[in-house]
Amino acid sequence: MAVVETRKLTKRFSDEVVAVNEIDLRCVDGEFLVLLGPSGCGKTTLLRMIGGLEQPTSGEILIADRVVNNLPPRARQIAMVFQSYALYPHMSVYENIAFPLKAAKLDKAAQREKIAWAASILGIDELLKRKPRQLSGGQRQRVALARALVREPNVFLLDEPLSNLDAQRRASARDELQVFQKDIGTTTIYVTHDQVEAMGMGDRIAVIDSGHIRQLGTPHEIYEEPADTFVATFVGSPPMNLVPEGDELVGFRPEAFYPITADTPSDTSSVLRVNVINAREEYLGSEKLIYAEVNGIRVVSRLPANVDAGIAEGSSATFGVLRSNLRHFNAETGLRVQPGRVPVLSGAANA
Amino acid sequence: MTAPVYAAPANAPVEPATKQGRFLLEREGVLGPLLLLPAVVYILALVGFPLILAVLYAFSDVTVGSPHITSTKDFVGLANFRVILNDPVFREALRNTIVFTVVSQVIVVVLATILGLVLAEDFKGKRLVRFLILLPWTTPIALSVLGWFWMLDSVYSPIDYVMREVGLLGPHTPFGPARNMYWLGKTNLAQASVIAVHVWRTLPLATVILLAGLSSIPKDIVEAANMDGASYWRTLFKVKLPLLTPIMSVAILFSIIFTFTDLSVSLVLTRGGPVNDTQVIATWAYFKGIQGGNLAQGAAIALFMVPVLVVIAVLMLRLARRTETT
Repeated sequence: MAVVETRKLTKRFSDEVVAVNEIDLRCVDGEFLVLLGPSGCGKTTLLRMIGGLEQPTSGEILIADRVVNNLPPRARQIAMVFQSYALYPHMSVYENIAFPLKAAKLDKAAQREKIAWAASILGIDELLKRKPRQLSGGQRQRVALARALVREPNVFLLDEPLSNLDAQRRASARDELQVFQKDIGTTTIYVTHDQVEAMGMGDRIAVIDSGHIRQLGTPHEIYEEPADTFVATFVGSPPMNLVPEGDELVGFRPEAFYPITADTPSDTSSVLRVNVINAREEYLGSEKLIYAEVNGIRVVSRLPANVDAGIAEGSSATFGVLRSNLRHFNAETGLRVQPGRVPVLSGAANA
Repeated sequence: MTAPVYAAPANAPVEPATKQGRFLLEREGVLGPLLLLPAVVYILALVGFPLILAVLYAFSDVTVGSPHITSTKDFVGLANFRVILNDPVFREALRNTIVFTVVSQVIVVVLATILGLVLAEDFKGKRLVRFLILLPWTTPIALSVLGWFWMLDSVYSPIDYVMREVGLLGPHTPFGPARNMYWLGKTNLAQASVIAVHVWRTLPLATVILLAGLSSIPKDIVEAANMDGASYWRTLFKVKLPLLTPIMSVAILFSIIFTFTDLSVSLVLTRGGPVNDTQVIATWAYFKGIQGGNLAQGAAIALFMVPVLVVIAVLMLRLARRTETT
C-alpha cells in the first residue's frame, strides 16, 4: 500500500524557477524513504508540498490513497520535524509535546498518558519541565520527535533533522533515529543532502537533482548501479571515477581501483589493466587515497591505509579494475548504458 | 636580487614619544567617553537641569513675576502640593490623564495587533498601506492636532457633513435633530475625541513595533503549529501572541509615556474644556504655571507625572535586560 504518492507533482516559483518538476513517487507502508540531493535541488520543496506547507503548481499528492492537495497540513494526518526543530520557545517540553494533543482536544488524562509514552520512548522523561533554550541540540531533536510522535501520524516528514548537531552527536543520533523508526514502524520521509545519512538510514533513496528524481532505489542499488553520472558522482566519497572512451564514459568506484604489482595474480579477461601517471598518495588514517591521471583525466583509488602500494610521488603505475565493476554511461546524456564494446581505456596496458 | 631583510636597519627612525599622542583616539577609554559627551551634555542641559529646576520650584513660591529663589524664605515646603491636592480641577486632570492613557492604550494594543497581523501577510499594495499607516507618526503633533481641530469643528466639521449626507445627522435622523455633533463641546464626545486622536497618533508606532515583532517569529514555528493541528486562532493566541509579549510591552510602555505626558492634544483640541472635562496634568500645569503665572504650582503639578514615569522607565529597563539575556 502506498502511504504517500505524488503524481506529476510540480512546483514553479516563477517562469524560470521550477523547484519540483513532474515528480512521481510512491512511498510504501513503514518505509524509511530518503530524499537525497544537493541544496536547491527541490527536495525540501517536495517535502513541504507533501506536508501541505507549500501549494503545488500542478500534480497530485495522495496520502493513504486520498488526494490531499486541498487539505491544510493539520488535516493530513502527518507530522513534521523541522531542521530548526521549531520548538515553541515559551513553552516547557511538556507543553510542547502537549500542543498537538490540545489542538486535537484530547482530554487531560489521555494527554498525560500519551506524553509519558512518547517521553519514555525518546528518553526525555527528565526534561519535561525544561524550556527549549535549556536543552542541547540532541535533546531538542528528541523533543521535536516526541511532539511528532504523539500525533500518531500516518507519515513522519523529517527535514534535515541532524544538520544542527555536531559530527559526533550526529553519528549516534543517526543510529537512534533509525532504531526509533523501526520500533514504531511509521512511514518516514527524510530529507538530507548528506549521503552518509541517506545510505545509512534509508530503506530506499530518491536521488533528486534540479527538480527531477534521478534514481529511486535501495542504498545498494544507488551505489552499485547508478542510473546516471549525476548519481554516480553525487553518491560516494570520493565519487565514482569517470573516464571517457569514445561516446561512453567508463565508471568505476575508487575502492574497486587498485594497484597491480608484479606478483598480483590477474588475468586480462576479468581485470582491466590501466596505466596511470603522476600518482600521488594522500594518507587519511584509516585509509589512503591515490590520485593519478589517465590521459589527462583525474582518477582516484581508495585503499586501506595498511596497504603499501609502493607508489612514489609523481610516478607511473599500473592499476587494475575488475571488469564486473565497470559501469558505462552515455557521454552525452550521462545515462547508464550497456557497454557498446569491450573497454580498453586509452591508457590501458596489455599484460 | 638581494635576499629579503627581516631585521630593521640600525638607523631606522624611532617614533618620537610626543607623536604617540595621535593614537589617543584609538583607545576605547578615550574615544568612548568622547563620543558619549554630546549626548550627556544634551541630556543634562535639556532634561536634567529643567528637572532640578522643577523640583526646586515645586517647593518654593516663585511666580512669573518673581522667578528667582533668593533666600531660604522662598521655600514653602509642601504648601504647593497641599493647594494642588485640594483643587478639584487637579484631581479631575489626574483622573482624565489616567483614563485617557489607559483607554487609548487598550484600543491601541487591539488595533495594532490586528493591523500588524494584516500587514504581515502578503497582499497587493502592502507597501502603500504601510506607508499610509505610518503617516500620522511623521506629522508634527501640533499640526496634526490642528487638522483634527478642524475635523471636529463645531460648525464646519467634515465628519458632520458626511453624517448629514448619509442621513445620520440633522432633523429626523438618529443623531438629530441638531445639524452638528459639537464633538468638542460635549463632555463625552470631547473626551472620546481626545482619546481617538491619541489612538490615531500612537497607533503607527505600535503597529510598526508589532510588525517587527511578528517578522522576528521564525516561520518554522508558525508552520510547526500548523502541522501540529492548530487552527488560526490557536496559533495566534497560543503561539504568536505569547511570543510577541515582550516586544508588545515595549510598544505599550512607549505609548504610555507619550500619552501620559502629552500636552498638545488637549491644549490644541479643547484647551482642557468643556469646563475641565479634558483637562490633563500637562495642560493643567501649563495653565497654572505659565498662563496663570504661578510657576511654583505649575512645577508641583508637573511633578506628579514623575512617579508614574519612573515606574514605567524601570519596567522598560528590566524588559530590555530580560530580552537581552534570553
